[in-house]
Amino acid sequence: MQFLSYLINGLGLGSVYAIIALGYTMVYGIAKMLNFAHGDIIMVGAYIAFFAITKFSLPFPLAVLAAIVVCTMLGVMIERLAYKPLRQATSLAVLITAIGVSYFLQNGAQILWSSSSKVFPSVISAGGISLGSASVSYLTLLTIATCIVVMICLTLFINKTKTGSAMRACSEDKGASMLMGINVNMIISITFAIGSGLAAIASVLLASTYPSVYPTMGSMPGIKAFTAAVFGGIGSIPGAFIGGLLLGIIEIFAKAYISTQLSDAIVFGVLIVILLIKPTGLLGKKINVKV
Amino acid sequence: MKKAFKTTLAVALSVCMAAALTACGGSSSTSSSAPAEEAAETSTESSAGAGTTIKIGGSGPLTGGAAVYGQAVKNAAEIAVEEINAMGGIQFELDMEDDAHDPEKAVTAYGVLKDWGMQVSLATVTSAPGAAVSPSYAEDKIFAITPSGSSTSVIYADPDNLSGAYGNVFQMCFTDPNQGSASADYLAEHQALGSQVAIIYKNDDNYSKGIHDTFVAEATAKGLPVVYEGTFDDSNAQDFTVQLGQAKDAGADIVFLPIYYDPASLILTQANQMGYKPTFFGVDGMDGILTLEGFDTSLAEGVYLLTPFSADATDELTVNFVNAYKEKCGGEIPNQFAADAYDCVYAIKQACEAAGVTGDMSADEICTKLVEQFTSMTFSGLTGTEMTWNENGEVTKSPKAVQIQNGVYVGVGD
Repeated sequence: MQFLSYLINGLGLGSVYAIIALGYTMVYGIAKMLNFAHGDIIMVGAYIAFFAITKFSLPFPLAVLAAIVVCTMLGVMIERLAYKPLRQATSLAVLITAIGVSYFLQNGAQILWSSSSKVFPSVISAGGISLGSASVSYLTLLTIATCIVVMICLTLFINKTKTGSAMRACSEDKGASMLMGINVNMIISITFAIGSGLAAIASVLLASTYPSVYPTMGSMPGIKAFTAAVFGGIGSIPGAFIGGLLLGIIEIFAKAYISTQLSDAIVFGVLIVILLIKPTGLLGKKINVKV
Repeated sequence: MKKAFKTTLAVALSVCMAAALTACGGSSSTSSSAPAEEAAETSTESSAGAGTTIKIGGSGPLTGGAAVYGQAVKNAAEIAVEEINAMGGIQFELDMEDDAHDPEKAVTAYGVLKDWGMQVSLATVTSAPGAAVSPSYAEDKIFAITPSGSSTSVIYADPDNLSGAYGNVFQMCFTDPNQGSASADYLAEHQALGSQVAIIYKNDDNYSKGIHDTFVAEATAKGLPVVYEGTFDDSNAQDFTVQLGQAKDAGADIVFLPIYYDPASLILTQANQMGYKPTFFGVDGMDGILTLEGFDTSLAEGVYLLTPFSADATDELTVNFVNAYKEKCGGEIPNQFAADAYDCVYAIKQACEAAGVTGDMSADEICTKLVEQFTSMTFSGLTGTEMTWNENGEVTKSPKAVQIQNGVYVGVGD
């Protein structure tokens, strides 16, 4: 049935949004800032993976690893250079800086790699399994599976490891954490590193699903993922996951059943409605343990 | 240690920034006027020309998503200028500026060209920038002929009603409305290709919407059923599974794509993944899909598009042009935008010679003479034979359909 195949597509799209949203939510939860450059770190990750596969002929897992390494370094560097000096400043200053970093990355990519789009090579074999009359491609399955694995790993990391506890402490009260001997600077850097690593994974999945790589490819998914994170409750990991999936599904269904022209308007309209009813997002208040 | 680290990093970043600035400092104007200047120099050494050189300006997307078209126009115009200058007689100097398919940048480029002393122009390559600079061309009375700015807004101040023609802005390409109705006519006459049409178009782009509107009107008039219309826009240009799924459900066996090749490549990929194999029919924006970096051209197999130029035609003019282009551009095969640009320069040459235009005339004097010529002459070139122009700047020529077979365009006749 068409409904089923739309649902699967929505889940696939939503998983990509979910992984990106996890990065947003983590950084917000701990550093209390919205890193708008996140979408563009995704774009850089996609380019790195593209060049790794085409120019250096690395196998897919190594290309992903290369993207993760570069994105992590990029994320930490951005944090050190652009956000750390503004720790005491108003959040507005940090927001504007983030937008500035975003433009810097986009235009940097345009200068380095030209703005004509490149086609990301397909590394996952085509075809898929059939579920009734709908067929689910292997890529969609991989995306959904990766999203679930990432979420589980992240939750375990936050709840069971020492660094995870330190992160939770930082998110609750930075001052007290410092007094308890936690190196807050290190924790924030680790947060950005993890967030950017997730961005790299998301970038490879995004580029594989929609194989067009160009300098502004990260900005729209970034905005939609940010919407998803807010929708699910910013600062909450399960919230980001649910928000991302729901957003993907709503977008596909709006396109399919209402109108392709109005789909974006509907998606953001839903966001407005939810925020009017429940301003902290879907899972905002329930889960006390923020990342 | 912190301070030393900060200083080193600051210095390193400044060096990077300086490097980046110099890297993009090699912009279009320096590179494009260089070969033209060389040609001008050789020409002054050779036989006596018709007075001083005539300056031809123009802007196009030399960078950006439409860079394929801008580069093609620039290369072909340079080839034409070099050939014409080498013949002795009339001499041209060319300056193609970069507008990155952005109306604001095109207006800036226009200012630069005016300061340079442009006397005739190739206007712009794409429509939206063209619509932005045409009023300036009209006001400053500089003759302009665009190779490929096909929207009616490029030659009309009131494009929806086709009125308020600027009168001195001409087109070498057929207008969008004509592309839309020509496509519908072609499909209506060749029902073997399919009988149920679905359209996927970009609803925030004048070009795409313009073609869509006339296509639907003509298809309805000819009794060709349009079973599905799907749209997308800039923020939605990646996922087409819904549009393709619905087209498939509606039973469409032809999908009309009045869009550029970037989103078209995604549509072809996703249709293939879904196992949906209709006949795809594109317009001139589909040109460039075979040179998209990394694109699997087997996905474009069997795609139809309308083009006035086919690089594997066997007439002498085409063969010579294709060889000259390949030699200049590292073996690359020219697309229809290149052919249009080549024709524009030669058409300007023909009109200038017939009207006795010389390089020391003012731009608006030249403009009056050229308008007179263009509205009365016939021109035959790469992209059409016996082309004529009406006083609104529209060209009459017949579009040809080609199909992509084995990775090349093959003419399929009218």
